[in-house]
Amino acid sequence: MAITVNLPSVLAAHAGGARVIEATGRTLGEAVADVAARYPTLGPRLRDADGKPYPFVNFYLNDEDVRFRGGFAAPVRDGDEVTVIPAIAGG
Amino acid sequence: MTATPATLAPVLPRSPLAARPLRCRSCGADRAPAPVAICDQCLGPLDPVYDPTRPLPDRATIAGRAPSLWRYREWLPFDGLPILSLDTGFTPLVEAPAMARRLGVARAWVKNDTVCHPSLSFKDRVVAAAINAAAAFGLDTIGCASTGNLANAVAAHAARAGLKAWIFIPDELEAGKVVGTSVYGATLVRVRGTYDDVNRLCAQVADRFGWGVVNVNLRSYYGEGSKTVAYEIAEQLGWRLPSAVVAPMAGGSLLTKLRKGFGEFVEAGLVSGPAPRLYGAQAAGCAPIVRLVERGDGPLEPEIPRTICRSLAIGNPADGAFAARAIRETGGWAAAVSDDALVAGIRVLAEDVGVFGETAAGVTTAAALALGRADRLRPDDELVLCITGHGLKTLEAVSGALPEAPIIAPRLRDVAALVERS
Repeated sequence: MAITVNLPSVLAAHAGGARVIEATGRTLGEAVADVAARYPTLGPRLRDADGKPYPFVNFYLNDEDVRFRGGFAAPVRDGDEVTVIPAIAGG
Repeated sequence: MTATPATLAPVLPRSPLAARPLRCRSCGADRAPAPVAICDQCLGPLDPVYDPTRPLPDRATIAGRAPSLWRYREWLPFDGLPILSLDTGFTPLVEAPAMARRLGVARAWVKNDTVCHPSLSFKDRVVAAAINAAAAFGLDTIGCASTGNLANAVAAHAARAGLKAWIFIPDELEAGKVVGTSVYGATLVRVRGTYDDVNRLCAQVADRFGWGVVNVNLRSYYGEGSKTVAYEIAEQLGWRLPSAVVAPMAGGSLLTKLRKGFGEFVEAGLVSGPAPRLYGAQAAGCAPIVRLVERGDGPLEPEIPRTICRSLAIGNPADGAFAARAIRETGGWAAAVSDDALVAGIRVLAEDVGVFGETAAGVTTAAALALGRADRLRPDDELVLCITGHGLKTLEAVSGALPEAPIIAPRLRDVAALVERS
């Protein structure tokens, strides 16, 4: 069992049309790196050239904003659910 | 030739309405008009693109139009005339000499959006824009994630337009905000969690169901409605700019749109002079934008909101970084105030100006007072306070702080005794 990553529809085209993909890693950063390696056009839309998150892209780990859990350093394990949400909504 | 009766009702506009195209604020990619607020190239925010060659009205033309935000329609993101929510905006600008003395500035005014139509908050402006976008795209359902005022506005505007509405709010909102939404027949959903949880859910809802969620996928059009606060202030001051504006910050969008609005009127030659200094107000229990302004640099750090000011309780404000930049670049500042101070602020505003504002109004007033005490304002300032929602929506915030009214028998001597003691 791997980590489930939910993508917004605006990014699905970069994952072969899939809204839900799987990833592996011990931290969120590793999971994102794993996704980036398998989907080359998706990677740069999830993190910058230094591997850091963008201010426009929020990651939620099991429904919690990962910035409260250490950001990309947040530990993840099999069965976890990561949701990617563009930060533009709200207000 | 037949004479035209002078009493004919105005003819409703029937011209086709089209939404303007979009462009990414981050990477500059262009996008055809659509209920989409995010760039598919870089996930940056999309803004409407205006035709720089469009004819713009002069002061007299604007002044001759109906008193609503649509008198500035050339700066709103549509081609053709609006078809819905035609009476929103053009709220009073109230001079407040007692408040000016209290703040230590030359003159002060309150931009009184507590009487914005139809739902008594400035959110009627953004929904007026969004619902016309929904009409342009042929959507039959609109929705929102809301801390309350937006819920009221979406429900009211949808009812008038005959659209279905799905409205998502945190489960612990004030009764006035809940009742003031349900009464319009909207589907109201209370979500366990904070506004930020609701907001994240609505981003997924908009993605899944194809509705026009006004502050998610219609956000590019919705946000432009906030600019009309700036246009109205400039016109109501006699076609000039104030030197300073204090506004509440939740998502941070109002600050950025005030700046854009003032700038567009300068660009159009309707007003001149330096851009007003913009000052932002938040409750201390949820002040991520104030803290970003104070730090001066770096990313916005989200917070878990802990304040009675639920209308500003957004711990992860989407436009927070843009608002902080607008504040810094115009030479303004930001202040966070305690819950006790915001309750006192509601009373000061009511007693000085005769305007009953909700908790965000208390925050704005208390923050202006704090900025005045900290010498962030100038003695020659002409300052506008943006008061964005009506106090009847948050009665519970202030009711316990007010003196209890005496109960008497219907006898004149009981009144005389009260007069004696007063």
